[in-house]
Amino acid sequence: MRNWNSVADNRGARLARAASLVSGKVVQAEAATALLGAVLESGDRVCIEGNNQKQADFLARCLTQLDPAQIHDLHMVQSVLALPEHLDLFESGIASRLDFSFSGPQSARLAKMVSAGQIEIGAIHTYLELFSRYFVDLTPRVSLVCAQAADAQGNLYTGANTEDTPAIVEATAFKGGIVIAQVNEMLPTLPRVDIPGDWVNFVIPAPQPHFIEPLFTRDPAQISEIQVLMAMMAIKGIYAEYGVQRLNHGIGFDTAAIELLLPTYAESLGLKGKICRHWALNPHPALIPAIEAGWVESVYSFGSELGMEDYVNARSDVFFTGADGSLRSNRALCQAAGHYACDMFIGSTLQIDLNGHSSTATLGRIAGFGGAPNMGADARGRRHATPAWLKAGAQARQGRTGVSAMPRGQKLVVQIVETFREHMQPAFVDKLDAWQLADQAHMAIPPVMIYGDDVTHILTEEGIANLLLCRSDEEREQAIRGVAGYTPVGLARDRRMVENLRDRGVIQRAEDIGVDKRDATRSLLAARNMRDLVRASGGLYDPPKRFRNW
Amino acid sequence: MNRSFAESTARERVTHLLDADTFHEILGPAERVVSPHLALLGVPSAFDDGVVIGSGLLDGQAILVAAQEGEFMGGGVGEVHGAKLVGLFKRALAAKPAAVIVLAESGGVRLHEANAGLIAVSEVMRALLDVRAQGIPVIMLIGGANGCFGGMGLIARCADHVVMSDIGRLAMSGPEVIESSNGVEEFDSRDRALVWRTTGGKHRYLTDDCDVLVEDDVAQFRAAAMGLLGQSLPLSLASMEAEHALLASRLSRYGDCRDALDIWQRAGVADPLRVPDMEARQMPALKALNPKELA
Amino acid sequence: MEKLHFEFPGQYAPGHFTPVLVGVVGSGNLEVMLEPHGGSTCTIDVTTSAGGFGPIWEAVVHDFQARHRLAGIAVSINDMGATPAVVSLRLDQAAAALPLGSQSNSGAPT
Repeated sequence: MRNWNSVADNRGARLARAASLVSGKVVQAEAATALLGAVLESGDRVCIEGNNQKQADFLARCLTQLDPAQIHDLHMVQSVLALPEHLDLFESGIASRLDFSFSGPQSARLAKMVSAGQIEIGAIHTYLELFSRYFVDLTPRVSLVCAQAADAQGNLYTGANTEDTPAIVEATAFKGGIVIAQVNEMLPTLPRVDIPGDWVNFVIPAPQPHFIEPLFTRDPAQISEIQVLMAMMAIKGIYAEYGVQRLNHGIGFDTAAIELLLPTYAESLGLKGKICRHWALNPHPALIPAIEAGWVESVYSFGSELGMEDYVNARSDVFFTGADGSLRSNRALCQAAGHYACDMFIGSTLQIDLNGHSSTATLGRIAGFGGAPNMGADARGRRHATPAWLKAGAQARQGRTGVSAMPRGQKLVVQIVETFREHMQPAFVDKLDAWQLADQAHMAIPPVMIYGDDVTHILTEEGIANLLLCRSDEEREQAIRGVAGYTPVGLARDRRMVENLRDRGVIQRAEDIGVDKRDATRSLLAARNMRDLVRASGGLYDPPKRFRNW
Repeated sequence: MNRSFAESTARERVTHLLDADTFHEILGPAERVVSPHLALLGVPSAFDDGVVIGSGLLDGQAILVAAQEGEFMGGGVGEVHGAKLVGLFKRALAAKPAAVIVLAESGGVRLHEANAGLIAVSEVMRALLDVRAQGIPVIMLIGGANGCFGGMGLIARCADHVVMSDIGRLAMSGPEVIESSNGVEEFDSRDRALVWRTTGGKHRYLTDDCDVLVEDDVAQFRAAAMGLLGQSLPLSLASMEAEHALLASRLSRYGDCRDALDIWQRAGVADPLRVPDMEARQMPALKALNPKELA
Repeated sequence: MEKLHFEFPGQYAPGHFTPVLVGVVGSGNLEVMLEPHGGSTCTIDVTTSAGGFGPIWEAVVHDFQARHRLAGIAVSINDMGATPAVVSLRLDQAAAALPLGSQSNSGAPT
């Protein structure tokens, strides 16, 4: 007779081993490594909170202290490889297999270890994709998470940086897994309960507060005139043109410039109330002036942003906050919001090819995708209509026959990029580095961030290419060359075709949409430095030290 | 609308500091008096070697002005740059303007030019003191993002008056130099709040190394400069001895303090932690509460 | 460091004027000086720390002249690795500072 509860029984055995070392749910930091040794088994699928922002860093260190002779060949599933410890596990053999989404700071070391055969990558995902697999075929057996605080019952307060925790814990707790949380402090009563104690097996007060990275802060002092020009074109040529009310901004100085032009340039165009009312966005400090000027009705966030806590608490009309007053974020739900409930994604990239495929892959680094592909993709499962979605869809389908003749909306996916990056590297290339990286790292297909058939507009300092209006590969190629400036790709344009595309409005220059380049100065920014942002927030925004210069 | 001093180029600062259309440039870019050293090192030159000098009117009064361009070589003083400053001071001896105004933004000696830069800095100091000895006031305006450091910091404190914005910084050694010489525990140069507490306009104003504190606004610098025209301070043995006494007293009172916060606290400032976030215009009132203590 | 020289025929001659200077020689930036000179052409002299981009400079200044068609002007540039976008911007800013008669469409390459 088969035992249909073997996983539960096995969990019981693990918890029994733990009970011989610790009593109760709250475990002292000194016992953490021993606890891990008791509840883990070789070959386990383990999730550790390497989030985009917060890190269960204490638990990561404890994990590296295990004896690989006892615990080895773990299969790590995690959103982000952020800490050196995340890769140290593979060097010692404690872990051997990896499924993840993004590797940012560890991308170069990851590439080296993969080519040295120390890590077997299952797949690289987007965040939402990875969370989804936690409920299908990548369910964690043990999850190591981090929270701001816990009470004696194991309830967790994850607060403003809730991020990935709910998705991870739900998948683990309800499929016979074990959840261990490191917390910054124990409290008799939590401000609110983000994760119920029944879902949590152990809580460990860590010696230091867990690490959180301020990834979404951009100093306005670094925004250039060229970025102001592109922001003006974006607002007038796309936001206003389609009436974009619901959107996500990929983080960057280009989009920070757009946020800072809303109360000034966009205001002068009479656009308040007509664009940018609802956002799927982390609490960007650069959005403060627009919020203060009444542009923003709602912001739902993936995580928080260091220094923005008091400001968010004081703006509960706009942000999603709990009864305790602090932000509640959720990466999984915000990714879904960005995918289905937004009409536009706009973000930057490193390379675009002649089909509009966009990639951030660089040789010698395995960086992954993060969340951008979820926002930067048409939502084919979407059914509700908005004017922006219908207009984009109609432009794409005008004159089409066969299966493409069915009326349908389309999400605006805009790639905003200067034609040359640092060190005069062209952003437009004949062949993406992604192809070579795929060879080097033995990937099945080249890692593309945003596919060309999802990209609707490419915006550079030279103008806007509307790919929705292109009717052939050749038109698409020339439309892209026509905004690729003086890069080799741009210089090789067919001038007659590009002129024709411009006449048809497929390519628009700044002057075609009524943007005067001489107006593109930094004085158009609603805030020109960090201090302006602090002032705009009425002193509520408290930037991390590295951003202060007063 | 407020015109940011920090974001303006040296030329823009001069244009908007002086009375409209009164600026006449000396040794302007078209004369191409450029550095004789940089090209040999494969470094681009600037047509004006990074400093704009000339004459003009401020509130109707004749003045001579120099403005360093902080974005070119960090505003570093090279041979030609220094010679332009020296020449300007020498012209002042003949022209006797209501003031010589220097918009200082510099890391000090331009290291690429090594000894030529060092010599230039000392010659500027001597020329400045000659001008002061004639009773012509020398006014320093410091508000650029790069601050006023090194030999230029020394020059600044040789002037009659120093006007700073709270973005401006004034010191000798730069933050990175202190950290690499004495370690990060002594001074963490990436702790920018610390850097500005230590060398920024607010602290300099509270401890009397800066006479007037303004906001990052060219118009406010202009008003402050206007207010200082004709106000030469004596350059005498007595004034030197008074300065030494002040420095000795400062050392005995605050020598063991580790941070500007400690100094402000000891001087009786009510809430030292709030000082960095206060606006420049609130500083005079704060200083007035503790006039003798802070000096 | 690389030196480049270009010369184009032109149409709009502003005559005599005080030299115009825009920009600053900082990283990723450049200064552009416009001076009157005898003759009917527009000369452009570039000194740049970023060598090897001759063809791009040629395309950029060619398009600049197509926009403005300046005559009797000498353009002198000190460049420290500015991108073509910034170069075009500064050139247009300099042209905009000329006395009346030389303004034309400050547009992008056609």
